[in-house]
Amino acid sequence: MSIEVLGSVYIISAILFVFGLKLMSSPATAVRGNMLSSVGMLMAVLITLTSKEILDYRYLAGAAVLGAVVGVIAAQRVAMTGMPEMVALFNGSGGIASLLVGWAALYGQESSSFTLVTILLSILIGGVTFSGSLVAWAKLSETIGSGAMTFSGQRVVNILLLLALLACSIAMVVDPGLTFPLVFVVIGLSILLGVMAVIPIGGADMPVVISLLNSYSGLAACAAGFAINNTILIVAGSLVGAAGLILTNIMCKAMNRSLSNVLFSGFAATTKATKVEGEVKPITADDAYLILEAASSIVMVPGYGMAVAQAQHVVRELGELLEANGADVSYAIHPVAGRMPGHMNVLLAEANVPYDQLIEMDEINPRMESVDVAIVIGANDVVNPAAREDENSPIYGMPIINVDYARTVFVLKRSMASGFSGVDNPLFFGENTRMLFGDAKQSLSSVIAEFKS
Amino acid sequence: MEAVLLAFILTLSVFLGFELIAKVPATLHTPLMSGANAISGITVVGAIIAAGADLGPWSTWLGALAVFFATVNVVGGYMVTDRMLSMFKKKDSTSGGDS
Repeated sequence: MSIEVLGSVYIISAILFVFGLKLMSSPATAVRGNMLSSVGMLMAVLITLTSKEILDYRYLAGAAVLGAVVGVIAAQRVAMTGMPEMVALFNGSGGIASLLVGWAALYGQESSSFTLVTILLSILIGGVTFSGSLVAWAKLSETIGSGAMTFSGQRVVNILLLLALLACSIAMVVDPGLTFPLVFVVIGLSILLGVMAVIPIGGADMPVVISLLNSYSGLAACAAGFAINNTILIVAGSLVGAAGLILTNIMCKAMNRSLSNVLFSGFAATTKATKVEGEVKPITADDAYLILEAASSIVMVPGYGMAVAQAQHVVRELGELLEANGADVSYAIHPVAGRMPGHMNVLLAEANVPYDQLIEMDEINPRMESVDVAIVIGANDVVNPAAREDENSPIYGMPIINVDYARTVFVLKRSMASGFSGVDNPLFFGENTRMLFGDAKQSLSSVIAEFKS
Repeated sequence: MEAVLLAFILTLSVFLGFELIAKVPATLHTPLMSGANAISGITVVGAIIAAGADLGPWSTWLGALAVFFATVNVVGGYMVTDRMLSMFKKKDSTSGGDS
């Protein structure tokens, strides 16, 4: 297999990746896009396998078969509610693979300083992606506490880590004889750095972290491409890197925060929000039913609580009953609702909610005043009017879904504890707000039972 | 010169990536992310070379391990994305086998 044929097939792969991503811009074509992208991947893999560089297939084949089996099982077993964890794990395995490719490249022929630097970069980015993703996974699955974990001197430790990494890298480039003891230090420090980078970030900021790690996994592949002089790795890796950065940016904008604020705010003291006081007005399921029965336009606003209660199916059931009752039902989705970008959309799609009923924040807000009932299902910060009105609130300035402008708001909530960011929510005390306390799934089921009786 | 050429490719790909993704609707953010994640498993190509090019036992073993992880990433990523995407249906599309 000549180098020209190899290169040409890589070009076709790159074209398929680009078209695949392009088709992702509409739900109607996205399945085909994903298919094209996977064909591109298959072609790149097959042509590489037939290249004359490959002499020994034994270990390679075993590892690939094993990996494919694990991948298939994981992809089929995972529940839609477990998707953020799954994405984090896949990210992590991509990261460690890039680290290993960089490491293995050290054993090839004599490397130039440039190659050595790119090898170090692929180890660094791969290592950070790997351990960062594992920490993100642990936080998402609540294996460790999902809150921000901080200790005094964390910043100093991180800066020292970076300096140590820099020092080792410079030493390796200056004196390649030091490569072998030092590369292990670099690997260790990179993995440590990934852990340190993610532990101070709280659960509600996970959409940003997941997108950023996604970007890193692409950049790691890209760096590995430089390390082994492979164009398809560079092209595909940088496409992913760019995609992840765009998502990260969208998530940050949706929280009105800068990326550095998200990454480092765990260290800063939070400002005290103005204490809101008032009386909550609880409502029972049968009263809720009476109001819903008379309503002609209803907006459901899901949040992470819906994922926790696995309430997406009952939400859809209620939605269908309301539609059958003649009401106009839509689902308003905040960009950072849940634990990863688009989390709510996937859950509702799983429950068979058609995607044309899923409305983005900017589209629903102007019509909110004509909505009869807004039902908030396990969302808190993304519907908190303090973000609009209270300059002292830590989430001040964050764009929210203005459910408080609707004629009536139902808030489904387990109890009166404050939401993830520990912010008091004036919505709960609103004149037009009714609280439906209890497990979201159960509350909805009892409303549904009223409809059916 | 080679390094400059590769950097050139990198720059163009990054811009292309920005242009492509900017248009993806919020509804598809999760599948986009996991689909992109599967693409980042392209490292598998590098891993195959490291594992198969007979550059010594270390390279072979590290490469084989990398092949394993990258294959998990690629196969799992594409399959899970497909599973998610096949759930997105338009209103009134009966059974949804058309997409």
